[in-house]
Amino acid sequence: MPLKITTNSRHDRTRRLLLKSALGGLVAALALPWLPKWARAADGALWPKDAFTQKTEAGAIKALYGKEATASDQVKLDAPEIAENGAVVPIAVSSALPNVTSISILVSENPFPLAASYKLPPGTTAMVANRLKMAKTSKVVALVESDGKIFSATKEVKVTVGGCGG
Amino acid sequence: MANSIRVRAVASGDHTEVQALVQHPMDSGFVKDAQGNLIPPHHIEVVDFQHAGKTVFTALWGPAVAKDPYIKFSFKGGQKGDDIAVSWVDNKGESDSLTAKIM
Repeated sequence: MPLKITTNSRHDRTRRLLLKSALGGLVAALALPWLPKWARAADGALWPKDAFTQKTEAGAIKALYGKEATASDQVKLDAPEIAENGAVVPIAVSSALPNVTSISILVSENPFPLAASYKLPPGTTAMVANRLKMAKTSKVVALVESDGKIFSATKEVKVTVGGCGG
Repeated sequence: MANSIRVRAVASGDHTEVQALVQHPMDSGFVKDAQGNLIPPHHIEVVDFQHAGKTVFTALWGPAVAKDPYIKFSFKGGQKGDDIAVSWVDNKGESDSLTAKIM
């Protein structure tokens, strides 16, 4: 009488499913390091700690770009005259200058003036819109790097309710 | 699994405009909790946007970027149906990423 070797009991179906899942999981785990680099792209090493921890506007600009900025009417800084809520101040920067590779925004009266910096590869438009915190009424400075030179625009923004909480 | 990133990328002519909203406390480190203790800084440091395997925009953020940060930028290229890959990493080493289609 032939022996029945395979069974299809619920126990066995569950066992086969678990084995398949485990195998799939193992394959995925082995494959992860070989994912193309773009799949894990944001790299903390890019963060310019020195610039972000400077306590003066001049120090932050020097740490970021190593050179001084020249005021230019080719840098357009959109910021409200009065910020109702210092915790969320919408600020936009754009420029018609050529070959813009970087845009940065500083809030002079913040504990750390550098708020944000953006890297623009060739082909990316010289425009960025973001929302920043402002501790109190302050000068906001927009910096644009064009052909390796730094240009700036400044606007005073009044803050009614400070953005640092408390 | 809920993702912290929402992206809307729209192709218009030869450019693509990208808007992103990221859920993140962006704690500055200057705010005290109810007990009077400083809430430690916890903020995104780097955000990377890629199209066709190349970075098209990098955001370097400090603690003064507002909570649940919003960003808008634009780049030359991109067509409806293309992928946009967004990823971020914060000062605690936490990260998230998302791939969305250009509309």
